[in-house]
Amino acid sequence: MVDAFHEDPVFGTEARSTPVPLGFEAISPVEAMPEGGEAVSGGGIWIQIFRVFAENKLAVAGLIIVVGMVLFCFVGPFIYHTNQTDQQALLVTPHALTNAPPGTGHPLGTDGTGFDILGRLMYGGQTSLTVGFVSALVATVVGVTFGAISGFFGGWGDAFMMRVVDVLLSIPVIFFLIALVTIFQHVTTTLLIAIIAFVSWLIPARLIRGETLSLRTREYVQAVRVAGGSRKRIVGRHIVPNAVGTIVVFATFQVADSILLLAALGYLGFGVPAPSTDWGTMLSNGSQTAGNGWWWQIYPAGLCIVLVVIAFNFIGDALRDALEVRLQRR
Amino acid sequence: MAGFLLRRAVQALIVIVGVILVVFLLSQLIPGGECKAVLGPKATMHNCVRFNRLNGFNQPVLRQFVEYLKGLIWPFWHPNLGYSYKFNEGVTSVIAQRLPKTLVLVGTSTIISLMVAIPLGILQVVRRNHPVDYSVTGMAFVFYAMPTFLLGTLLIIWFSFDLGWFPSQPPSAQSAWAVFTDPQAFVLPIITLSAVTVASFSRYMRSSMMDSMAGDYIRTARAKGSSQRRVLYGHALRNALIPILTLIGLSLPAIVSGAVITETVFNYPGMGQLTVYAAGNSDIPLVLGTTLVATVATVVGSLLADVLYAMADPRIRFGAL
Repeated sequence: MVDAFHEDPVFGTEARSTPVPLGFEAISPVEAMPEGGEAVSGGGIWIQIFRVFAENKLAVAGLIIVVGMVLFCFVGPFIYHTNQTDQQALLVTPHALTNAPPGTGHPLGTDGTGFDILGRLMYGGQTSLTVGFVSALVATVVGVTFGAISGFFGGWGDAFMMRVVDVLLSIPVIFFLIALVTIFQHVTTTLLIAIIAFVSWLIPARLIRGETLSLRTREYVQAVRVAGGSRKRIVGRHIVPNAVGTIVVFATFQVADSILLLAALGYLGFGVPAPSTDWGTMLSNGSQTAGNGWWWQIYPAGLCIVLVVIAFNFIGDALRDALEVRLQRR
Repeated sequence: MAGFLLRRAVQALIVIVGVILVVFLLSQLIPGGECKAVLGPKATMHNCVRFNRLNGFNQPVLRQFVEYLKGLIWPFWHPNLGYSYKFNEGVTSVIAQRLPKTLVLVGTSTIISLMVAIPLGILQVVRRNHPVDYSVTGMAFVFYAMPTFLLGTLLIIWFSFDLGWFPSQPPSAQSAWAVFTDPQAFVLPIITLSAVTVASFSRYMRSSMMDSMAGDYIRTARAKGSSQRRVLYGHALRNALIPILTLIGLSLPAIVSGAVITETVFNYPGMGQLTVYAAGNSDIPLVLGTTLVATVATVVGSLLADVLYAMADPRIRFGAL
């Protein structure tokens, strides 16, 4: 019965009921570990973490998907040349095809404007992946800083900062995004990154604040304080590095969430303006003519989104197990 | 229990005031001011000054906020949320026609999600590490990663266009109660909106049930000689359900977000579709109005979920927490 309860609330295989010491020494029970499993045997913590990660087949699959997708989107266009910017080309090219089914010349057909879908997947994927990565990075950095400051200083400042998080977090995220897009009018990739980061830094702020609250009472932090370390040094050199597991795991899940948010915005018609595109916008355009049976305008883009998001979720789960992080998704 | 509820209510009130402040600040952020948004980017200086004076936008910011707050509080049954330039009507009355539809959609979907997710979670615990468990987990993964609009579009293509089982959109002219009079039209939207919720609720239910099964009282119940059935449903389930109630409150913002997408996919005239339409037409007062109303409704909904939680959990009911 006992080891059946190694499950995290949402997707995970981590002991919840049994008190596991939080820290890297808890990794030892994994089979690949050498007997005895001392904390820093066999080449350092990071190598051990990597081994635990590599044990997880789903995570390796996820990593392969992500790397493959990045290559597809960013290197693919150098091999598979298509015109993805010039809408006028249609007017001057007499035999250009709109809504052509997959076949000669266009492996995945063309869309309503005549753009080649395979090339467009690469082109749109560049936007989706870039926005996903960068906004997750920005959200994590901002959230970690905010949360660490809030948790470390405590008192009224902390209470106020956390109420700010509560308030912003209570606004349904799609409404928030739409309101921000409407106010700033001219949608660009940079604006989308900023907006998605702005609605996403709240969760890491809350997580890191909680982590900081527990870390700042630890003995080594007390020791630094007694030794006369400045507050900036304590937060920057001791608290944040010790919360790195939580941070990395959050950031991984956030890439998936950011890609989904961008896709939702794109679907609602607030994605990057034409001729640029992203996977959500492609799906939006394709589903407007869903009744025509032009499946090639819907399935490829949908598959790309789902694949990348599942891949990041797999990686995030494995990292959570490898880094022994207790993190509830959403 | 009274103490717990009072604390929660005060918390909710603070959040609502905060959200009002945020929405007000957003309206101050409009590049070029509200004038350019309403009169157009090429509005002359003269017209802008006139517009600002007529609408009180030339007042100090704090004064404007106080006026805004006053308009919201009284009369409270018809708060002043501003004027929709697209509909040429007060924002409040535009929203009032749409809000019930979204509430019905979100409410029905949440209840159905629970009705599906709880048995699924139990099933996974009973058939732990069996193919059933794994396949439900796999499905949860897929639905978790599937954007709402993609699922909605696929459902429309498969079940509406190809098979013709369900209409591709609910009749838009009917009242909010159409979900009961014409349930067939709501099958696809509700599946679309519920899928993600079922995925996350059933995962949570599974682990909550697992946790509950590890409790000392389960061992006690088994030692007393209770049957597996009684242990599962009499002891484990009742304790496992309590965290789920808090989860409803926490998930509401996400469900409401999902409703925006679902309404757009299925062309259902609720708050979400209204917001998307308003945003597409740069009707900023309307967008901010729906954002505020949706948030307040979410906060109130979460509060209600906590009231249920307080009533269900004896530790809170008898004032231990």
